Amino acid sequence: MAPFDKNDDSVVVIIGTGAGGGVLANELAQKGVKVVALEAGGRYLPEDYINDEWESFGQLAWLDARTTSGSWRVAKDFAGLPAWIVKAVGGTTTHWAGASIRFQDHEWKALTTYGPVEGANLLDWPIDAAEMAPWYEKAETKLGVTRTGDRAGLPGNNNYLVFEKGAKALGYKEVHTGRMAINSADYDGRMACQQTGFCFQGCKWGAKWSAAYTDIPAGEATGNLEVRERSHVARILHNEAGKVTGVEYFDKDGTLQMQKARIVCVAGNSFESPRLLLNSASSMFPDGLANSSGMVGKNYMRHTTGSVYAIFDKPVRMWRGTTMAGIVQDEARHDPSRGFVGGYELETLSLGLPFMAAFLNPGGWGRSFTTALDHYENMAGMWIVGEDMPQATNRVTLSETKDQFGLPVANVHFDDHPNDIAMRNHAYQQGMAIYEAVGATRAFPTPPYPSTHNLGTNRMSEKPEDGVCNRWGQTHDIANLFISDGSQFTTGAAENPTLTIVALAIRQADHIAREMSAGNI
Amino acid sequence: MTKHDLRGLTRRQLLSRGLSVGALAVVGSGFIAAPDAAWAVEVTVITPEQMATLLQMARDIYPHDQVADRFYAVAVKGYDSEEMKAMVAEGVAALDAAAKAAGFDSYVAAGWEEDRVKLLQGIEMTPFFQTVRSGLVTGLYNQKEVWPIFGYQGESFSQGGYIERGFNDIDWL
Repeated sequence: MAPFDKNDDSVVVIIGTGAGGGVLANELAQKGVKVVALEAGGRYLPEDYINDEWESFGQLAWLDARTTSGSWRVAKDFAGLPAWIVKAVGGTTTHWAGASIRFQDHEWKALTTYGPVEGANLLDWPIDAAEMAPWYEKAETKLGVTRTGDRAGLPGNNNYLVFEKGAKALGYKEVHTGRMAINSADYDGRMACQQTGFCFQGCKWGAKWSAAYTDIPAGEATGNLEVRERSHVARILHNEAGKVTGVEYFDKDGTLQMQKARIVCVAGNSFESPRLLLNSASSMFPDGLANSSGMVGKNYMRHTTGSVYAIFDKPVRMWRGTTMAGIVQDEARHDPSRGFVGGYELETLSLGLPFMAAFLNPGGWGRSFTTALDHYENMAGMWIVGEDMPQATNRVTLSETKDQFGLPVANVHFDDHPNDIAMRNHAYQQGMAIYEAVGATRAFPTPPYPSTHNLGTNRMSEKPEDGVCNRWGQTHDIANLFISDGSQFTTGAAENPTLTIVALAIRQADHIAREMSAGNI
Repeated sequence: MTKHDLRGLTRRQLLSRGLSVGALAVVGSGFIAAPDAAWAVEVTVITPEQMATLLQMARDIYPHDQVADRFYAVAVKGYDSEEMKAMVAEGVAALDAAAKAAGFDSYVAAGWEEDRVKLLQGIEMTPFFQTVRSGLVTGLYNQKEVWPIFGYQGESFSQGGYIERGFNDIDWL
């Protein structure tokens, strides 16, 4: 297919090709809309993925400079790596573990449900569960989510079997191998999970849904989608009327290019999307694009996370099999009697020995640390995913540090809210109790890793003064500029965000195509 | 002297070419080696004594009694470089000065791990210690030859994953 002309101002430009941008690109292409998707990373497919944690990290991770500040431990232990996300076609859908659960109904209305929380900037989403239900169903069908539709659950691996037995011993009821975008049987031309482990390193079987080998090639096959790899967008351009007109980007050779556009959709994740809006400041928009509210970059959320690992007197071999096919949902409810608002999920997780050494207790050394690793084979692990509080001071700003193109990088500032800390401590207690119920001899409340769920820095709001975009992800200030990734999240809910990002992208594609047809944008 | 020259030497022959430093290594001209000649690391930029100190630090920072010295030696041999030379010299000198102040001849001469760990705790916040520690996280644990010692099986795709190889074989629950 011939590339679209750089002066073609009828195309939709999408920045980023992950769960948001990649899905939006395909959905628009399927409707006949011409799309140029600009992706900062290269293209890697299942045959390229590597069953080796550090080597894969070097291949896929976003390693361009970022800086950190605030009291979160990540700023100390991984000062230049606030997030463990991907720079590649398909974005972090190559790396994600596949957990695909819907928001609970009340989570769309966090402010109404929880009431005001001191120090938190809670807000209701301008959309609700009923409105999202059909889009969730489309997303589940696209991703082939297990335990939805007529799709069976995945079988439990060793790590799950330990987790399940402990959870049930504690009286938990909602315990299963998860709703996963990992095939339990052949689906959509992709094979079933082979229990290889290495879900985080890109699924070499293609059993896990990733935009890299589903939506992206499907969109390209229509002839309406051109993906330009290794194209790093520097700035979004606008005209005197305040409408965006295109983007400037550095191509694979580092040469500055310009692509005109009818509409620009930003889907670079919750660090790069606000960074780009801020770096696009002009005399007309001195605080950055779509930032009349001052909310661009604010209310960064990363989920209240942490892990619990435990050692048993016999082998578990947790690394074998699907990394995250196991969940306890009983604690996801909103029940302030626990000492915090919102809830959390517990999900199985394992790391290989190299990453366990890096993440079990970053900075730790000596025998307290090494005797834990000595029993790596006897270890089981789980991850905590809970709703964290949006705070205006948790934010992405432009750093003094510049990237390889001379552009200011994102600084990510984060402090835990007291609600986050209370929730994490509760989850640590419950997680350790699960393992103690099956005879753990030692348990480890492990601190959060560099963030994988990055949300909220261009949040959706009913009123323009409360956020950056409206119920369609359309920015309040600029009608032909959209937010299409997790940065549009008003609040984070307790669930892994990808399914919701995909559902919002499918819905947004429908809206954009309709508005284009109507001549409104 | 090359690494190969050291292979096959008896302990007695080896000791005739070097001096025993601490429990781990024999230091000779331009090398350190295991007392039983099982491994050797050549040095061209830093001194053999400095390399022996780094090796002891590696063992004390991430002690795994079932992991042989040669894996630790691999993990620290990169410090024999012009780039690292000044940091190593300064760091080892500071560590040895702290050891002398505590009544030992040197850091490696302190016989008990507990004593050496106290000395390391005294320099824990220095860039030298942090560089050595963080370098070991990958330098030691990312050696594929180390993984089986911990039971970790590594790559599994080429073997068809674990679907037929025990992904759910736990038998003690």
